[in-house]
Formats: sequence, structure tokens, C-alpha cells
Amino acid sequence: MNQWQNFTKGFIKDNPVFVLMLGLCPVLGVTTSAINGLGMGLATTFVLLMSNTVVTLIKSLIPVKVRIPSFIVIIASFVTIVELVMQAFLPTLFEQLGLFIPLIVVNCLVLGRAEAFASKNDFISSVIDGLGMGLGFTFALTLLGAVREILGSGAIFGWEFVTGDGMLVFVLAPGAFIGLGYLIAIMNKFNKAS
Amino acid sequence: MSKQKKPESTFPNMVIALLLVTMIAGLALGGVYVVTKEPIAAAKRAKLENALGKVLPEFDTLKNKKVPAVNGNDSLAFYTGYRNGSEVGTAVKTYTEKGYDGRFDIMVGFTPDNRIENTAVLNHTETPGLGDKIEKSKSDWSKQFNGKNPEQFQLKVKKDGGDVDAITAATISSRAFCDATKRAYETYEKEGGVK
Repeated sequence: MNQWQNFTKGFIKDNPVFVLMLGLCPVLGVTTSAINGLGMGLATTFVLLMSNTVVTLIKSLIPVKVRIPSFIVIIASFVTIVELVMQAFLPTLFEQLGLFIPLIVVNCLVLGRAEAFASKNDFISSVIDGLGMGLGFTFALTLLGAVREILGSGAIFGWEFVTGDGMLVFVLAPGAFIGLGYLIAIMNKFNKAS
Repeated sequence: MSKQKKPESTFPNMVIALLLVTMIAGLALGGVYVVTKEPIAAAKRAKLENALGKVLPEFDTLKNKKVPAVNGNDSLAFYTGYRNGSEVGTAVKTYTEKGYDGRFDIMVGFTPDNRIENTAVLNHTETPGLGDKIEKSKSDWSKQFNGKNPEQFQLKVKKDGGDVDAITAATISSRAFCDATKRAYETYEKEGGVK
């Protein structure tokens, strides 16, 4: 597998949301609008990239039995950094996502990539894997957020093209499940065809 | 890359590894905290000032105090604005616990003639598309409170025998908003706001 494939696998073939189905809690929770999905996706991408980078650098220094606690400390530190920085410089986005940012710590996607990929592969591959998986996650969240925002509020990235109420169910929790279900179905069809 | 040999999982090795990892993480977080402390405080101040600017007429000096709520177990913050020494209004930071998703905070400004100048939502977790219409950026609903005297204008939704038009399909959020406003007004009244 060359690095380009390593990078692009996160988008379609091994998309964390549509195929691996990891970290679905924030996927369902924050995607009430495209901008929320994008913000959450980028925050997760940063954490994933940084934790993969650090984990691959120190993998030969950590005894096997304490690797999981070490990974969690590293991930939690980067999540806290994201939280503080977002609170300081993007307060409006933080208000929307605030509750979900600390949950990135327990997002199984981040720990999963650290354990299954970064701790076994070399530096370059791990960085590219973190970036690819993170952007694939961002892509999925933004797509689901956009679908829910278009159908539920008649808007896209906050720009309203239909005034008044949309199909409100798509903004509410059931809409997240319905939207995700259909997107997974479409993705499966697409993956089979290629 | 050649496979490097990992340290054995002996007790001292594990202790040293975890100690180093947590120590470096702690130092990094301390550093970020120091750097972001000031911007975070500034962002919070800006938010409060922004809300005060919305709910009060123009003012040049501000006095604040904390007052226990009349019905409720938290205290409310009072911000009284003055211009050229005379009182122009009091903003009350109030809350409700009856929101669709629990507590939210709003700010209500009262003018000295006992009218509601304006209201502003400080934070909420009401349902997007329904309950979030309590926000001015989403709908004009909360403008119906402006200029009203709560003595004559019953702070209850029409369904409960009051004068407030509820948001369609979000009666609970509307009720909660009335509850918060009412709490602000009653506490304000008790504090001698009515002259």
C-alpha cells in the first residue's frame, strides 16, 4: 500500500463513520448543521493527527502493559489543548460543541488508530493515517450535518435558502439515525460498485 | 524501519514510562492554560458586555451585585447601568431549570419605569429548529417582551392564562423563558426596583 492509498482510505474504503463505524456518539450528536460537523471533524482530526504522531514516536519507549494508559493520557492532553484553544479563540463554535469536545477522549476512532495503526507503523505512515482518517471523519460529519441542515432547516452552512421550518425531524435525534442510515446505505452501494 | 525492542513490562519500567508521559502532558497543559487564560477571560467578558449592551439603554458606568432569587436556589446577578449619574436600567442575569433540556440563562433588562427593555439568551441547549427560537438570531419571538410592564403583562404563555404567545411546537421552551423572566422580575421587584 503506497502512501497515497494510505491517505485516501479514510475517505471511502475505510471511512471511520460509514465503514468502520467508529466514534458514532459525536457523529449523531453534533451534526445538526454542516458547520458543527465541520468544526467537530477538524477538532477530532487535530487530536487524531497529534496523538498518532506522538504515539508512533514513543512506541518503542513504552512497555506493552502500560501502553493503553499512556495513549489515553496523550489523547486526553491534546483534547484539553483543543478545548482551551477553542474556548479562547472560537467562543461561538465552542458554545455549540463544548459538551462534545471532552468526549473526543473516549472516541474509539482516536484510540483505535493509536493502538491498531500508529503503535505498529513507522512515522510517515502514522502521520498520513491520522490525517487521512481525520479528514475522512470530517468529510462524513460535514456531509451528515449538511444533509440534516438542508432537510431540517432549509439552510446550508447557516445560509437559509428556504424560509420557515423544514422537516424538523431531521434536526432532532431521530433524524441523525435516519440520515446516517441512508448515507451508509448509499456508501455501501458505492463501495460495491467500485 | 527495523523493529526496535520495547522495554520489558517490569514494575520500574512501567512506573518510569507513566511518570514521564504524565509529567510531559502536565507541563504541556500548564503551558497552554497560561497562554489561553487571558483570551478565555476576555471572551467571557466580551459576551457579558455584549449582552448588557443589548438589554440596557446606553450607559457609562455599571454597578453589580448578587441577589438570592425569590423562588429558586441560585442567586441572580444584577447589573445597574448609569449615565451621567442617573439610573438608566438594571439588567438581571436570570435562569430557569424548566427548559426542554434543563437549565439555561438569560439576561433581562428593566428600565426604572418598570418595563422590560430587552432580553438576551446567554446560553441554552434547547432543540435546534424548535426551542432555539427563543434566541433573537433565530426568530423575533422574544421581542414581544420588549416595552412590557410585567405588572400588566402576565409572564405566562396564553395556554396557562398569561399574555405570552408561545412558540409553535415549543411550549416548554416558551414556558421556561417566561419562568426565567418572571424570576428576574420578582427578584427585581423585591430588591426595590419598583418606584
